[in-house]
Amino acid sequence: MNGKLKKLGLGLALFLALSQVSYAKDMMQIKGSDTLINLVQRLAEVYMEKNPGKYIAVTGGGSGTGVAALINGKCAIANSSRNMEPKEIEQAMSVGVNPQRAVIAMDGLTVVTNAGNPVDKLTVDQIGKIFRGEITNWKDVSGQDMHINLYGRQSNSGTYVFFRDVVLAGEYSQKMDHMNGNAQIIESVKQDASGIGYVGVGYVKDVTGITVVKVASRPGAEYANPLSKEAVLSGKYPIARPLNQYINGTPSERIKDFIAFELSEEGQKIVEEEGFFRIPGEYVEFNKRLGL
Amino acid sequence: MHRQKENIIKSLFFLNGLLVVIALLGIFLLLLFNALPTFKDVKFSEFIFRANWNPSAYLESSYGILSQVVSTLMVTIGSLIIAVPLGIGTAAYLSDVASPRVREIAKPIVEILAGIPSVVIGFLGIVLVGPLIAKATGNYSGLNALNGSVLLAVMSLPTIVSLSEDALGSVPKSYTEASLALGGNPWQTLIRVKIPAASSGILAATMLGMGRAIGETMTVLMATGNAPAMPKSFLEPVRTMTATIAIELGEVPYYTTHFHSLFAIGLVLFIFTFILNLVSDIILHRYEKRMRV
Repeated sequence: MNGKLKKLGLGLALFLALSQVSYAKDMMQIKGSDTLINLVQRLAEVYMEKNPGKYIAVTGGGSGTGVAALINGKCAIANSSRNMEPKEIEQAMSVGVNPQRAVIAMDGLTVVTNAGNPVDKLTVDQIGKIFRGEITNWKDVSGQDMHINLYGRQSNSGTYVFFRDVVLAGEYSQKMDHMNGNAQIIESVKQDASGIGYVGVGYVKDVTGITVVKVASRPGAEYANPLSKEAVLSGKYPIARPLNQYINGTPSERIKDFIAFELSEEGQKIVEEEGFFRIPGEYVEFNKRLGL
Repeated sequence: MHRQKENIIKSLFFLNGLLVVIALLGIFLLLLFNALPTFKDVKFSEFIFRANWNPSAYLESSYGILSQVVSTLMVTIGSLIIAVPLGIGTAAYLSDVASPRVREIAKPIVEILAGIPSVVIGFLGIVLVGPLIAKATGNYSGLNALNGSVLLAVMSLPTIVSLSEDALGSVPKSYTEASLALGGNPWQTLIRVKIPAASSGILAATMLGMGRAIGETMTVLMATGNAPAMPKSFLEPVRTMTATIAIELGEVPYYTTHFHSLFAIGLVLFIFTFILNLVSDIILHRYEKRMRV
């Protein structure tokens, strides 16, 4: 019995020592947006391959979670698919965190419907009405006579906030399902003939079973496809948005090195491979003020 | 010397017991003190009786938890409607019908069911139960209260089966023998004698199963759609109290009304489960006393 206990104790001590070692490896923590997670994970993997020993851990949880973590000093970089709200910046300042924004990719926020749904064009106004719960039947947007099921994100999502502020400019319908991430919205809309949802454009790449809705800024305007680089970067696609990373103050060499990699030709190629778009000139200029 | 050792051990165990009480009290007070500031900004009646929950609103925040309470009760009661008959049936089978060998194999298997992580059950809800429900009901989406009920039933079954089987097993032999001696067949003995005799044990098992269901978070979060609207039927999405806390606590700015209101939900949930556990404890106690006679 005693021997067993000793072994157990030894094992425990060893385990603690090992976990101490792995902790000492000094991970750089990146946290936040579910829209960005696959992309940044991929970027981090490639970066770590080229820079052995510089460990990066990328986790999700939503833009709101990432921003909160940055404010609480729990991560080095916060991924955010929306801009920080003035309230959040104020809060950050009050605890001595000075959030700085870098733009690493462009997203055409994509509205998706089931592949069996004939509706493949909507105006921003129509989408707003649908998600506010003012239009509840597909026949009102020249579709079939079928109730509309709404799939949206949860309030910790940057996409949820961006979509609400830009497309709805009002409250979401109380009937909207609040899904756990982009992937879950895609899965639900695939299965639901009457469903409509919104996801980052990177999530519709090579997906079957859904229709990517073309969007016009107003009735009579040209309908633009979020899969088209030209439409998103020129602003013809009305709900395009920059995808951000927030850091605290002037970046350390280590953070700077990683973000510089993301913005490099190689990094931007990965951005495109993941289905998003490279940043246009105005944001290249914007990032320069961080010394990037 | 011996005496002293015994005393030390005694007080050690006493401290252990005390620790549990302190932890419980500590959690309760933490919830209470973090929840109370909510009511500086939100009227208590509004918090309890308003159905609209939208703290991070575009314009005006609202903090009403009625639809969440209804949602939680719906999935919980729904799960009991499924799990109780199934659970008692399984327990009766295990205790009275199955051969000892089958029981030896089957009971641990039922108990292993309790060890499946809730996130796995939630995943099954999305990819398996949801589409099945959608197909069976002709509804477009299977992420609704029914889905949550089915999954929670699966999760509370082990508790209900295991404890009910124990209750049936501890019905004194004399009861069974008396029934059989009076000419009752095994079926009549089971239904008219054993199950009634074990009823408070079975009831307590049900209550504990209910406690498991009411506090479950991940599964319902994944499988019920989380729409905040007041649900009108089991085929509509629901958003439980636990899901709301899990979704929103990660991003909420500290010490705001929103933050405190999440603790207030936690407090409501705590009171729910506390009452449930208390009642099942009282029932179990009564049952033990009766069995001793």
